[in-house]
Amino acid sequence: MATLSLETLHYDVVIIGAGGAGLRAAVAAAEQRSKVAVLSKSLLGKAHTVMAEGGIAAALGNLDPYDSWDTHFYDTMVSGHFINNYQMVEIYTKEAPARIFELENWGAVFDRTEDGKILQRPFGAHSFRRLAHVGDRTGKELIRTLQYKVLSLDVDIFQEVTSTRLFVDDEGRIAGVFAYRRDDGQPLVFRAKSLILATGGWGRMYRVTSNSWESTGDGCALALWLGAEVQDMEMIQFHPTGMVWPPGVRGILVTEGVRGEGGLLFNSENERFMLRYDPVRQELSSRDVVSRSIFKEVALGRGSPHGGAWLDIRHRGAQYVKQKLPGMYDQFLKLADVDITRERFEVGPTVHYTMGGIRVQAATGATNIEGLYAAGETAAGLHGANRLGGNSLGDLLVFGRRAGMAAAEYAKARAKWPQLAKNQIEAERKRIVQPFTIESGTNPFMVQETLQALMTAHVGIMRSKQSLTTAMEQFQALRADVERMAASGPIHFNPGWNTIFDVQSLIILAESVIQGAIAREESRGAQWRVDFPEELADLGRVNFVQRLSPGKGLSIEARPIPAMPESLARLFRASAAPGVLRAREEQRHLAKEE
Amino acid sequence: MADMPSSSKPPIARESPWWLAPNVTLVVFSLFVLYSIWEIFGHNVGRYQNYLSPYFSPDVGLWLGVPWIPALLVAWIPLGFRASCYYYRREYYRGFFREPAACGIPDRSRQYRGETRPPLVWNNLHRYFLYLALVVVIFLWKDAVDAFWYQGHLDLRLGSFILLADAILLSLYTFSCHAFRHLVGGGLDCFSCQNRARYRYRGWKAISALNQRHGLYAWASMFMVWGTDLYVRLLIIGAIHDPRLF
Amino acid sequence: MTALKETTTIYVYRGDASSGQEQPYSVEVSPGMVVLDAIHYIQAHHARDLAVRWNCKAAHCGSCSAEINGRPKLLCKTRIDQYLASGVPIHVRPMKTFPLIRDLVTDVSWNYRVAKKIAPFEPAEPAPFTLFQRDVDRIQEFRRCIECFLCQDICHVLRDHHDQNVYMGPRFMTKLAELEMHPMDASDRIAFTTQQAGIGWCNVTHCCSDVCPEGIQITGNAIIPLKERAADRNWDPLRRLFGHGPSAHVAEHKSKDRQKID
Repeated sequence: MATLSLETLHYDVVIIGAGGAGLRAAVAAAEQRSKVAVLSKSLLGKAHTVMAEGGIAAALGNLDPYDSWDTHFYDTMVSGHFINNYQMVEIYTKEAPARIFELENWGAVFDRTEDGKILQRPFGAHSFRRLAHVGDRTGKELIRTLQYKVLSLDVDIFQEVTSTRLFVDDEGRIAGVFAYRRDDGQPLVFRAKSLILATGGWGRMYRVTSNSWESTGDGCALALWLGAEVQDMEMIQFHPTGMVWPPGVRGILVTEGVRGEGGLLFNSENERFMLRYDPVRQELSSRDVVSRSIFKEVALGRGSPHGGAWLDIRHRGAQYVKQKLPGMYDQFLKLADVDITRERFEVGPTVHYTMGGIRVQAATGATNIEGLYAAGETAAGLHGANRLGGNSLGDLLVFGRRAGMAAAEYAKARAKWPQLAKNQIEAERKRIVQPFTIESGTNPFMVQETLQALMTAHVGIMRSKQSLTTAMEQFQALRADVERMAASGPIHFNPGWNTIFDVQSLIILAESVIQGAIAREESRGAQWRVDFPEELADLGRVNFVQRLSPGKGLSIEARPIPAMPESLARLFRASAAPGVLRAREEQRHLAKEE
Repeated sequence: MADMPSSSKPPIARESPWWLAPNVTLVVFSLFVLYSIWEIFGHNVGRYQNYLSPYFSPDVGLWLGVPWIPALLVAWIPLGFRASCYYYRREYYRGFFREPAACGIPDRSRQYRGETRPPLVWNNLHRYFLYLALVVVIFLWKDAVDAFWYQGHLDLRLGSFILLADAILLSLYTFSCHAFRHLVGGGLDCFSCQNRARYRYRGWKAISALNQRHGLYAWASMFMVWGTDLYVRLLIIGAIHDPRLF
Repeated sequence: MTALKETTTIYVYRGDASSGQEQPYSVEVSPGMVVLDAIHYIQAHHARDLAVRWNCKAAHCGSCSAEINGRPKLLCKTRIDQYLASGVPIHVRPMKTFPLIRDLVTDVSWNYRVAKKIAPFEPAEPAPFTLFQRDVDRIQEFRRCIECFLCQDICHVLRDHHDQNVYMGPRFMTKLAELEMHPMDASDRIAFTTQQAGIGWCNVTHCCSDVCPEGIQITGNAIIPLKERAADRNWDPLRRLFGHGPSAHVAEHKSKDRQKID
């Protein structure tokens, strides 16, 4: 294989990932006059953000005037089972409305209320109607708006570039990243004064997932290899409603908006089983609860023909459904031959979101590596043990912006270009083309399939010591295959070769997920241990933090969560969310007056 | 719905070959143009009793006292309206110019300029033909009403209904026009910004709905004009007689 | 569920800018299978290096654009059972309009360079806006675009005449329409639409609308209304005389007393 000469580029801020967080960070950094590069594995505007459907959660109070940031704070902490970084939750709930208006200023066109404001829809475990949305394609609206905003700024976008290694200088500060262009295999070195990871989650380690192929957690893996800390890796959100049939579409998301718009869940005996599992919130209970409920119904033999539950939205009328859920209508009609306005349809849990990730400081997204920042799904903390629907799109905006600002500031303060050892670069350059030299190696597609099968079978919704031990054993057995993944054919746009780097990311993350799931001996949010069915108060005060050290491998420790200040802690001693209490108070007041 | 259909789906209908539609357009439009030339240049009279052929309406020749080829004075309006119509443009670019003949079929024209140079750039004057066509439509309705009155009493013959259908289809074609849709409300950016805009919004919605079938109305009204004129022509030369229906 | 494993042959273009040809691959058929599933099957079992671009496999991202039996389509949204049922063999080729990188992957970067030339949304006043659903319905249709560029692929101006230097293509006509029809946009792109964007090159033959996987009526709702707006400016002295000129549109944006109707 002919070696291409190395191309070296210099940027103040390099952002890996062109989803919502990466693009929002790019806007923030560019507005500070930093020289910014965005590196993306795919084309601009195709990142997984584009698939988000339901909406952006923010306490605008356009429909429910009693909504407020503290009510949103309350809902998010309760859903996250209190292992969230409360500072992030506070920042998020206070800033989200401004981020939405900002999008509107940049051309986003949300659905409207009768009086001309941004319409908000109800969603699981939100006290009020809170999700600003555009039909069932809110993610597309968000990424398209940011994409065109970034195009209007002076930002260099490198499309279809895979990042394989981060570099630090002698003092352990970020120095740059090694990458290659997918279309011709050209190796690139980006020297950077600061760097933001915004690469999304790693749902692709499971077979049934709503995630697109790119969700292989590259940023989180890059951070781990560099010595950064990660946390809450055991927390994998299963969205309760993915498609289950036909096989080719298994896992594709059915937006929570269907239930938000009134969709009801039934088992094979025509029972609305959610009334049993959560009589108060019913279908709009939090995602962990609904997923577990469907899982249990199927396990008890009351599932739909292909192992899910029935979802029914027919009672809202064909016209309403087509207007509010056009994407869902089309998706089922085209891919499953089902007209959801006339038939009920099968849904089942699908891996949707990774709450865990890189451990960051709340206000800046700074990691424990100087100059390295993380934002969005790849960072951890905002969502705790279970993410509230609608909080991820807001997360991208709020923390993407903050990371962009912080990274730009850090870059400004750093006068000189960080030094970068030549031998590191040379070693990486050799490493990436090595798969082409392996004779009779393993097939990366098959390795990924094996990994997906073992994660799905043993580290799924229901976990136990036994299943996790089995998972770890099978995982260790897979390592040899991972080392020998081989590529063939030309170097330009070679999916077999590209997949090797995706699998390498998934492997280190899978190990940390299994390790985390073993360590957390309790059931909390997305972590359901049948051998430890209770939520334990002690474990509610810690995050499990992991790091990779040379020679020692992956280590894990329980890190205490700082206590909330009294002003916030008192909210949770009340009988309900603050806005709900205010609404009740007002009602009582009105009743008295009458 | 116990199980999904798997391989038992009905076979999809075989699509007609791509060359069929552009060639039908080519042949039919050519015949229509040839017929129109024959009709306009070959005749000085377009009236039979209380019927007026749409080629001769309004009867400007009579008003101005021009005895020779009076149809030439008005027929350029509907013909120009059709020639610059967005739907007809699509059809003749496909059928006559083969730019392209059908989607995905290689367009081999050497000097493609789109609608950037004369004469095709003059298609932008479509709206002026619309303004004139709107006037013509008023006269077509007058003709339709006249067709039901003969010598001072209600007279329901086949021709009466043909002229009525002609007026209806030509109205549908004219009012579903893209330029009309733009004129009524499409040109507005905001439908809630002025009080007047509320009516224009409603109009625009209605025209937009009609506009969806503009192509259908284009074909239907063309055949109707053609048929109506032929009917009147055949009556004039005495080849047929006009049956009384009621 | 079908118990028998059915197989079929799919012909896929293999090659790069210099040379290439279609190659047959045997694929195991499963219920509800789409062409992208078949391509993945080929990658996993026959040709690991078969180049294809895809992301979401749910028709949301618009990455897997290609031509199936000569028709521009999303690979992830095209079921193979329709072809099997009618006995038509499946031929998959890359988009013709864009330079080929390899196999089914083309270089679509031109589109992003074009996008950068369009003046961004310019709010007439800062958000939050007071906007009614009736005012945004029209532009929300255009914002459904997934940027699959199938419309660009089928457009004969770009596909056969290679007039990329004078015409931006249907995708960017929708983008311009979306911005021009935004009630809160204060910028004027009509001159740009006729000159740099080259709307006159479109001869309204509708092929872009036919291939749009989002069902956007590109010609009817974006291009023709834009042509009419351009005609207002360039071909209609009468309308300007009666106060419907460009200045009237701008004044409309600034009006704050928008009111609820109905």
